[in-house]
Amino acid sequence: MFVSLNWLKNYVDIDQLSPEDLAERITKSGIEVEGLEHFASPANNVVVGYVESCEKHPNADKLNLCQVNVGDETLQIICGAPNIAQGQKVAVAKPGAILPGNFKIKKAKLRGVESNGMICSLQELGVEEKFVPKEFASGIFVFPEDAEIGADVNELLNLDDIIIELGLTPNRSDALSMLGVAYEVAAILDVPIRLPQANYHSNDEEIEKQVSVKVDAVEQNPYYGAFLLKNVKVGSSPLWLRNYLMAAGIRPINNVVDITNYVLLEYGQPLHAFDFDKFGSNEVVVRMANEGEKLVTLDDQERTLTNEHLVITNGKEPVALAGVMGGADSEVSEQTTTVLLEAAYFDGQTVRKASKDFDLRSEASNRFEKGVDPNRVKQAGERACQLLQQYAGATVLNGVAEYDQLDYSEKTVTIWTSTINDRLGTNISDADIADILRKLNFNHNQDGETFTVYAPTRRQDIVIFEDMLEEVARIYGYDNLPFTLPSGGAQAGGLTKQQALKRHVKRFLEGAGLSETVTYSLTSKERATELVSPEVAEAMVSSVSLAMPMSEEHSTLRLSILPEMLSSVAYNLARKQANVAYYELGSIFISKEEKVTKQPEEKVRLAGALTGEWLTHPWQQEKKTVDFFVVKGIIEALFETLNLDVTFVQAKVEGMHPGRTAQLFVADQAIGFVGQVHPQLQKDYDLKETFVFDIDFDYILSIHANEPSFAKIPRYPSVTRDIALVVDESVQAGALQATIAQAGGELVKDIQVFDVYQGEHLAEGKKSIAFSLFYQDPERTLTDKEVESSYQAILDAVANDHNAELRG
Amino acid sequence: MKEQLHALEKEALQKVGDATSLKELQDVRVAYLGKKGPITEVLRGMGKLSKEERPIIGELANKVRGNIADAIDSKKASIEAAELEKQLEEETIDVTLPGRPVPTGGPHLLTSIVEEIEDLFIGMGFEVREGPEVETDYYNFEALNLPKGHPARDMQDSFYITEEILMRTHTSPVQARTMNAMEDKRPVKMICPGKVYRRDTDDATHSHQFTQIEGLYVDKNVRMSDLKGVLDRFAKQMFGQEREIRLRPSFFPFTEPSVEMDISCKVCNGEGCSVCKQTGWIEILGAGMVHPRVLEMAGYDPKVYSGFAFGMGPERIAMLKYGVDDIRHFYTNDIRFLKQYHQA
Ligand SMILES: [Zn+2]
Repeated sequence: MFVSLNWLKNYVDIDQLSPEDLAERITKSGIEVEGLEHFASPANNVVVGYVESCEKHPNADKLNLCQVNVGDETLQIICGAPNIAQGQKVAVAKPGAILPGNFKIKKAKLRGVESNGMICSLQELGVEEKFVPKEFASGIFVFPEDAEIGADVNELLNLDDIIIELGLTPNRSDALSMLGVAYEVAAILDVPIRLPQANYHSNDEEIEKQVSVKVDAVEQNPYYGAFLLKNVKVGSSPLWLRNYLMAAGIRPINNVVDITNYVLLEYGQPLHAFDFDKFGSNEVVVRMANEGEKLVTLDDQERTLTNEHLVITNGKEPVALAGVMGGADSEVSEQTTTVLLEAAYFDGQTVRKASKDFDLRSEASNRFEKGVDPNRVKQAGERACQLLQQYAGATVLNGVAEYDQLDYSEKTVTIWTSTINDRLGTNISDADIADILRKLNFNHNQDGETFTVYAPTRRQDIVIFEDMLEEVARIYGYDNLPFTLPSGGAQAGGLTKQQALKRHVKRFLEGAGLSETVTYSLTSKERATELVSPEVAEAMVSSVSLAMPMSEEHSTLRLSILPEMLSSVAYNLARKQANVAYYELGSIFISKEEKVTKQPEEKVRLAGALTGEWLTHPWQQEKKTVDFFVVKGIIEALFETLNLDVTFVQAKVEGMHPGRTAQLFVADQAIGFVGQVHPQLQKDYDLKETFVFDIDFDYILSIHANEPSFAKIPRYPSVTRDIALVVDESVQAGALQATIAQAGGELVKDIQVFDVYQGEHLAEGKKSIAFSLFYQDPERTLTDKEVESSYQAILDAVANDHNAELRG
Repeated sequence: MKEQLHALEKEALQKVGDATSLKELQDVRVAYLGKKGPITEVLRGMGKLSKEERPIIGELANKVRGNIADAIDSKKASIEAAELEKQLEEETIDVTLPGRPVPTGGPHLLTSIVEEIEDLFIGMGFEVREGPEVETDYYNFEALNLPKGHPARDMQDSFYITEEILMRTHTSPVQARTMNAMEDKRPVKMICPGKVYRRDTDDATHSHQFTQIEGLYVDKNVRMSDLKGVLDRFAKQMFGQEREIRLRPSFFPFTEPSVEMDISCKVCNGEGCSVCKQTGWIEILGAGMVHPRVLEMAGYDPKVYSGFAFGMGPERIAMLKYGVDDIRHFYTNDIRFLKQYHQA
C-alpha cells in the first residue's frame, strides 16, 4: 500500500514529525514501512504560464514559438510538444530552474530564435510515465483553466509529496485504505482523526422506481447497494484528485473511474460504475453463474464461468464478475450520462476463487478477498455520489436500491489488566489500558481491571483475547517490554546421543580430509534412480515426484545423495578444481507404494565422492591419486571409531564399476556400498575417475549403543609371525584372512596384509599374499610352542579351504 | 726421577694437543697410561728409592697420570663435538621447501551456523528436535492455525506431492509434532533445525530449498518479556555484545502477538547505511507468543500454558555475518567457497 503523506494530512496531523520519524514510529508500533520516497523531486522556478500565442517556428516545422505569460513577465519559449496550443495553462521552467536529473534550464537559441525556458511534460517534472494520464503521455501537461498564472507548480502538482510504502501482513487489510492508515497513525501518535463527510443533494426521484436489486446468493453477497446518477458529464477529474491517484500508483482515466478509484483508496471499499443505458434492464440480479455461461470482461477477454463464480446480471445475462471485473458491454465511456453505482459486500473466498481462476488480481479483488469493513460499504457509495455530484455534475436519485443481510455487529473481546501483564511480563495499569483503547478508537466498558472491548468492524482481525493483547502490546511499545529470562525450572538442554554421534562422524570425516556439502533433495526423475544402493532399491517401490514441479531438474525426491553430489563434483571440475573430496549427511525418501498416499520413509544416508589427487608431494616425487583403497581406508577408520565391524563384499551395483565395487555389511545387514563410478556414468556426468560411498546412517544410529569399555593395556610383548601363501588368483585376501582368524584362535590379535605379488617365480594364474600375524596374551608371555601350534593350524586350514601353499 | 716424570708429562700433553682424531688420542692413552707405558716403567724403579722419597715420587707419578688422563678426556670431548657439528652441518635441509600436504576438510558453512545456534540454545536449556521433510498438510498448516483456504497460505506457496502431502515449508511442524507427542504435556523447550522447501525460482536471494531453525518454549507463565530476553541473549552471542534488538509488530498465523526482531546494524552502528537501507536496523527473525489455537490443537490448555516461538534462516544469518552475496553459493558446493569457511 502506497500512502501519500499529503493525502494522509487530510485526516490526521502529522506535521510535527519528519517523514523519516513518522515511518519509524509506524514501523515500530504498527506496520512495517518498506519504502519512503519523494513522489517526484520538487522543482524550483517552475510556474504556471499562460500561452498567449503559439506560432510555427520560422525555421523548423516541428517547433512552435510561444509567448508565455508567467505572471511577472512574458517569456518567449520554443516548444516541440505536439499538443501545445494557444490559450493553455502550462508548466514553465524558467531560466535557472533545475529539473530532475540535474537538468538546468538556460536561455538558448534554437534554429536562430531565442528561447527563454521550457514548457514541461509531467515526465520532465519527475512523474513516472506509467502514472501520467494518457492524454498527456506524449506531450506537455495542461493545467485546468482555473490554475493561477505564476503559481508554483510543486503544490499544484503535488511534486513535493512523500510516499511511504506499507508492507501489509494478511491480518492488517484494514490498512488497505487511507482511513485505515489514518486510524493507525492516530493511535500511534495519539492525535485526533478527521473523517470525510459524504454530503450530497439528491433529487426527488425515488431510485426504487428506476432500479430493483435482487440477490440470489446471500452467503456470497450479503449486501448489494445501487445508486443511480443522471446527467453525468464524463471528463477530467480535478487536479488534486488526479495527483492523489498518481501518488498512490494509479493512472487517472476520467472523473467517473477516478472517483471510484479514489473512494476505493480512501475507504478501502471497491465500487463499480455501470453505464446504465447499456446495462440492459432496470433490475440488478446477483447470483451464481450458470455452468458454461460467458462474459466479456473490461479487458475484452471472453470468460467462461462456472457455478462457483458470483456474477452481477441484468436479470438475463451477466454484466460483471462480482468483485473482480466489470463487463465490457456496460463499461463507462465518454458518452455515458447515467451511471449505476454499485457498492457491495462480496465474500472473500468467492472473489479469491474467481480472481485465481481467471488470473485477475486487482485493487478491488485484493480488498474483497481480505474482507472489507461492513460499515463502510454504503458510506463509500455515498462518498462517491458526493464527489460525482461535485466533479461530474451528476444528479443523484433519492435513496439506494439495496439488499441487506450484512452483519454489522462488533465483536466483543474481554481483557484483564492482570492477564495482560502476566503474558507480557509488564506492569501496565488499568489507566494505561484505558488510554491505549482510547488511542485506538476502540469502544469499551471498564469494570476495574476488566475491559469489554467492542472491536470496530474495520478491524476484522480482532477476535480473541490474544488479538487485543497484541494491540495493547504494540501501542504500549515493544521497546518498553522488560528483558527477562524464563522463570521455569532450569532444564538441562543438550544433544541426544544420536545427534552427538552425527557430529562425531562429521568431525571425523572432516579430519580425514573431506569437505561437507549440502545438495538439493529434489533432483530430476532420471537422476533420482541413479546410484541407488542395493538395499534401498530393494526396499522402495517408486520414486516420489512433486505434483507440480517448477522444473524437471528439481521434480523428484532423491533416493541417493550421490547424483546431486556428483553434479557438484562436475561443477568443480569444469572450473579447474580437479581435487575434490566430499561427504554429506542427509535424507533420502523411500516410498513403498505404487501411488503415493502417505509420507515416504525418510532415511539418513552418509555419502561421499572423491576424485583427483589425494596425497601428493611433488618435489619429493610422491603422488597418490584417489583409488578404491583410499576411500575404503577412510570408511574402515570411521567404523573403527564407531566400534563397529564392517565387511566389504565384492558386488555389482547399477551405475558402478563392476570390478571395483564392494557392498558393505555390518552383522549381515547390507548397509551400502563403496567403489568407482562406472566409466560410462562418469562420462555422462563429465567426471574423471571418481570413487563414491553411500551408507545407511540410520542403521548405524540404531545399533550404535555401546559405550567403549575399558580394555587393559597389554603388559606382555606380542610375537609376530609372517606367512606368505600362494593361491589361485581368484582367491580374495578377505577370504584367506577370515580363515586365518578362525584357525589361529584367540591369541591372534591382528592380521595385516603386507605384500601381494603376482608374476615371475610364480606359476601362471597364481598369486602370493603375505600376512603378518600378531600373537598376544594380555596375561602372560607366550611360548614358542603355543605360537607354533597356532601357526600350523592356520597352514592346515588355508590349505584345506583355499588350496593355499606356503610360498617357498 | 722427578725430572723424568715431568718430561714425560710434557711430552704426553704435547701429543694430546696434537691429536686430531679419536684414534690418535687412543694411541696416546695406550702409549703413556698403558701397563707397558713409561710411567709404569718409572714406578717400577721406585724400589731403589729411599723410604722418604717413595711416597713423594708415587704421589707425583699419580698426579702426572691424572693430568694426562684429564687432558685426553677433554680433548676427546672437543673432538667429538667437532665431529657432531660436522655431521649436523651435512644434515642441514632447506626448511623453506614445502611440507607434505595433509588432506583437509571441514563443515559446510550452514552446518557451522546451525551448530553454533544449537549450542547457544542448548546453553539456555533447549533440546534439539528433528522431523520429516515431507509433511502432511495437517502438521505443516492446519495444526499451525492455517486451515485450508486461509489467505496466509499464499505467503508460502508450496511443493505438494498429493493433496495431503507436501514438502514442509517451515520447520514448525516439528513443534506441533513434539507437543503432540508429549503424553504428559510437560513443558517443551526445543529448537528444530532443518531443510525446508518453497516454490521459489532460484536466484541471488531465493532458493527453492533452504534451512530454517525454529524454537519453541511452552510452559506455565511464559511471558513475552522472556522471549525478548532470550532473543537478546541470542543476538548478542551471535552478532556481538554491542548489538541491540528491537521487536516490531508482524503477523504469523501460529503466533499472537507476532513480531519481527531486528538487530542494530553492525556496519553503521545504527546510524543508517546502505546495508540497513538507512534504517539502522537489520531484520533477523520472526517470533511471537504461541497462538492459543496451536496450543489447543496440540493438547495444551491455553488457559494454563503459554509459550513463545521464533524462527530464523541460517542462510540469511550467514549472509549477514560473512557477507555472502548470493544464496545459491550454499548449494552449488564450489570447493573454493566451502574451503573459505573451514578455518576456525
Ligand atoms: Zn547500517
